[in-house]
Amino acid sequence: MEHNTTGDYHIQTALPRLNALAPAFEAETTHGRLALEDYRGTWVVLFSHPADFTPVCTTEFIEFARMAPALKERNTELLGLSIDSIYSHLAWVQAIRDKFGVEIPFPVIADGNREVASLYGMINPEESSTETSRCLFVIDDKGVLRAMIYYPLTTGRNTDEILRLIDALQTTDRHRVATPANWRPGESVIVPPPRTVEDAEARKGLGYECTDWWFCKTTVPGPGPKG
Amino acid sequence: MACINPDGTLTEVARRVLEAMARRGAAFAAPEEIATAAGVPLHRVRATVRETGRAKLIEGDGAGWRLTGLGREVLDLDEGSGPA
Repeated sequence: MEHNTTGDYHIQTALPRLNALAPAFEAETTHGRLALEDYRGTWVVLFSHPADFTPVCTTEFIEFARMAPALKERNTELLGLSIDSIYSHLAWVQAIRDKFGVEIPFPVIADGNREVASLYGMINPEESSTETSRCLFVIDDKGVLRAMIYYPLTTGRNTDEILRLIDALQTTDRHRVATPANWRPGESVIVPPPRTVEDAEARKGLGYECTDWWFCKTTVPGPGPKG
Repeated sequence: MACINPDGTLTEVARRVLEAMARRGAAFAAPEEIATAAGVPLHRVRATVRETGRAKLIEGDGAGWRLTGLGREVLDLDEGSGPA
């Protein structure tokens, strides 16, 4: 975060890089002061929303709350963020409980000075000079940024895709494979193409389902990763 | 400080974390052990450890944490004043 001579914030809009360490932060949340480092050993879904008390965000919070148990099965925690205050967050969470009957189990960062938003490029000035976009970052258990999803202010996110993405990443880590389009846990995965003649020969006896020498699939155990 | 309420009492999570340390007496406990004993998620334990450490309520040996004298005082006061 940089300040100019008038004291205004200069928002960094550069995106963090995939497979680099996720930018470290410590911030006030609805569950107390938390640091990214506190989540070491756990996967994290860090997501931003434009503002509290907005309809699309409310539908997302409800769906994220419903998704939380499935994420826990995958050793993954949710962490929300907007530039609203702690008091606003608390009031909104209470309103969601009162009006929709849904408890919000995850902490929400009050990023009033936009420090975390700046680190993660969550504010897109072309869309809004103040509000954070619908950004979502998947950070693995070693603190590495593994995936980013950016949505416009007007479009709510799809929690099925978030779960699918985490399943795919964790399956990739566990079995050193890739996952095809629309992959779901239990379906065939893609074996990385061979890079040497020896590799190409060696894989002939491994029982892969091959369409061509560079396009082979296999199955991996388990319906989905647990951690 | 997030682990201490405006009225000076410990937050619910901080109290559970400090109580778990108190049950171990003078022995140092790793955050993972505290999380299990307190029934608090590990990331919340780490955050509480950081904050109560800054407040000198606990001390660490690099691998684990235990209550300080000040920490015992605050915990005793907190327990004497009812739920935080």
